[in-house]
Amino acid sequence: MACISPDGKPTESGAKMLRALKSGLGSPEEIAKDAGLPLFRVRSGLRELAQAGLTNQKDDRYEITERGEELVK
Amino acid sequence: MEEVKEQVISLPRLGEPAPAFEAVTTHGVLKLEDFKGSWLVLFSHPADFTPVCTTEFIAFAEIHPELQKRGVELLGLSVDSVSSHIAWVRNVEEKTGIKIPFPIIADLSKEVSLAYGMIHPGQSKTETVRCVFIIDDKQTIRTILYYPLTTGRNMQEILRIIDALQTTDANAVATPANWRPGDMVVVPPPNTQEMAEERVKQGYECVDWYLCKKKL
Repeated sequence: MACISPDGKPTESGAKMLRALKSGLGSPEEIAKDAGLPLFRVRSGLRELAQAGLTNQKDDRYEITERGEELVK
Repeated sequence: MEEVKEQVISLPRLGEPAPAFEAVTTHGVLKLEDFKGSWLVLFSHPADFTPVCTTEFIAFAEIHPELQKRGVELLGLSVDSVSSHIAWVRNVEEKTGIKIPFPIIADLSKEVSLAYGMIHPGQSKTETVRCVFIIDDKQTIRTILYYPLTTGRNMQEILRIIDALQTTDANAVATPANWRPGDMVVVPPPNTQEMAEERVKQGYECVDWYLCKKKL
């Protein structure tokens, strides 16, 4: 897991993506730019965060879930 | 009598779509499609903690900024485990101060290696040879290089090929032998007699109608 540590907390890159989502950004391209991460890392990370129930995917955009917000309070 | 089944795998070729994969890497689970929109240099190495591979990884890390300027990502691969990859890149950083900034596929199942024809049994039945696949932003294979186990790759040649391919795409030209960025490029040869006659009047530097060069 690249975005979520074994203890269930987001890694540094996972937290960057969640914070970008919390600020209202939604596309992998926007999040990559905001988080300063390569686009391939963001695409893969968002997939992982969605599998963990921290984001929802709607078409090509992502939204942070309540559980995701809890982790970056 | 025991029946021997041989599976024939078609190897990827230039101009064909790169085989899709989903693989465990040092940067998490990555799919080929995660790289869509960027160029990708997918390369294999025989094994972690080996001398030639270590020099190559340092060299790949050194050209990483140049690749980034060209919109190119790097992705390594060997049949070692992700723990081995992590231990190796940490060791390289500790001993040389060079951080490996790109992901490395842990292809324990050999799924990706076999799809890309990276295992050459004449060299080794268990390790991948030194392959380089240059894949464009549309995920088409544009260049394939194979180096034997004993010969480390030339990073400047990899950069030169990328420059040549991107120049070709942007300008509909070809590049001559030993071309470097800034050198003259080759104008595509004419297809008809009329075009050949016009070609020599067009002000290019021509050896003859079929070999004309121009500055970009």
